[in-house]
Amino acid sequence: MNPRTAGLLLVSPALAVIAVFFIVPLGLSVHSAFTDKAGAFTLAHFEKSFELYSNDMMFTVLIVLLSSALIAAVAIAIAGYLTLGEHARTKTMLRWLYRWPLFIPFVVTGQVMRTFLAKNGMLNHVLVGGGLIDPLAAQSLLDWRGIVIAFVWKQAPFVTLLLAGAMASIENQHIEAARNLGARRTRVLFEIVLPQVRGTLLVGLVLSFVTMLSVLSVPLMINPNSPTMMTVDVAYRISTHGDYAVANALCLVSLLFASLGAWVYLRYAVKKAEVGT
Amino acid sequence: MIAALAQRALPVLGRGLAIALLAFIIFGPLANLLLWAFAERWYFPGKIPQQFGFAFWGRVFEPRGGAVQSLVTSIWIALLTVTFCLAAAIPAGYALARLKLPYRAAILMLFLLPQAVPNLPIYVNIARMFYELRLNGTVFGVVLVHAAHGLVLAVWIASAAFAAVDAQLEEAARNLGAGPWRCFATVTLPLAAPGLIASAIFVFLESLDEFTGTYFVGVPDVTTLPLLMFNASMGGNYQIASITALLLLLPSVAFMLVVERFLKSNVLAMVGR
Repeated sequence: MNPRTAGLLLVSPALAVIAVFFIVPLGLSVHSAFTDKAGAFTLAHFEKSFELYSNDMMFTVLIVLLSSALIAAVAIAIAGYLTLGEHARTKTMLRWLYRWPLFIPFVVTGQVMRTFLAKNGMLNHVLVGGGLIDPLAAQSLLDWRGIVIAFVWKQAPFVTLLLAGAMASIENQHIEAARNLGARRTRVLFEIVLPQVRGTLLVGLVLSFVTMLSVLSVPLMINPNSPTMMTVDVAYRISTHGDYAVANALCLVSLLFASLGAWVYLRYAVKKAEVGT
Repeated sequence: MIAALAQRALPVLGRGLAIALLAFIIFGPLANLLLWAFAERWYFPGKIPQQFGFAFWGRVFEPRGGAVQSLVTSIWIALLTVTFCLAAAIPAGYALARLKLPYRAAILMLFLLPQAVPNLPIYVNIARMFYELRLNGTVFGVVLVHAAHGLVLAVWIASAAFAAVDAQLEEAARNLGAGPWRCFATVTLPLAAPGLIASAIFVFLESLDEFTGTYFVGVPDVTTLPLLMFNASMGGNYQIASITALLLLLPSVAFMLVVERFLKSNVLAMVGR
């Protein structure tokens, strides 16, 4: 058999799975969002979505953008210290510490934060006990802040891991030359190290951005009431109204948000795949 | 003298405080979970539970608690998902790494796509498809959903694992008279095994932890551990939810601690190539 046919034959089962369980549902989603009961083209489902849920759309975008920005800041700080820090023991401790939430599922993160950030949760007990806040000022963080905290806690280690790996493979000579010329560490980080790992940071952030857009458990557990994230609205439309059309219209709107990120990511991935082959 | 001392002590203090703060941020929430898992009674304004004990552990593990049933269901689904994923990912990964494929870049892109698109519309519409096929609420249906998602990761890692195997070793085996199957089974596969095991563990954990897909496709008959945890939590039963969460945490944390043993940097460097 010719090797090209053999190759296609070997890939075909995996491709078939992607086609049936990914492409087909996506097509169904588009179809359902744009057709009315009689099967004719309509924009009514989108009108209804915007009418009912435009607040939640804003809320979703703001939460995900804010979380991404914080994730980037945390990842740059930790990976930067791991690469440029001079205190070996601090680096060892940091490396051991930061990655704990890496494989913790979102649904567990939701439960953990639900207890930790509550009004009588451990965070408030520690803040009050340490004299940092007045007992009467203790408040529950289980609103938009809770969602952001849960997202950053869960996703920052992932981006940090990617970023620290990329930073470790930078030629040491560049960094040392800059240091010898008297550049401060923060300057080396932002002017020498970071520009070389921009691609990795971008990929990590886009993957996190898309992931956070479709997480259902965290907003459902931390902040189920309006304004909330669009995933909660989708689940509500389906479980309470059996309304797949509006649910799919909402899904497509969130797909639109993600495609902006995905476009950046795929462009980068294609460039990399071309260089690699 | 004092100024010099302060100059040396300050960075040490700063570093210590920063590490302590990070440790609190990472372990504080987990410690809170542990407290709830062993709390017999905990009401306001107690900073720690008024009474510790194992009573809720008994309730979780007794037949009516459903935890054992869910655990068995979860592990069974995860094992089937791994089998399904590897069966498709090993040939695909080998072809992507070794054979001259037409449209290779486009095929790799197709395998990237599911990671770059929110999964919610996929799950919602698979649930609709399955409803008509009567696959909703069946273990098989849930396995298919988990496998479709896990396959992406599995193909990537399998392809990287095969690409990291030195092609000269295969050529040597072929020159010594081994047929293509023998060469694959005795040279390529064993050398790629650590990477393949890593991808199997990834898929296993992803399936074990998966919530959204199971939420839409598994209801009402398939209750995995994450769904049990979610239901307990939403029902306000924090002890049960925390104990179940702890069961879900253990394999994830264990894998975090050993991941580098399976995923060597030479394989990681080949991901996406």
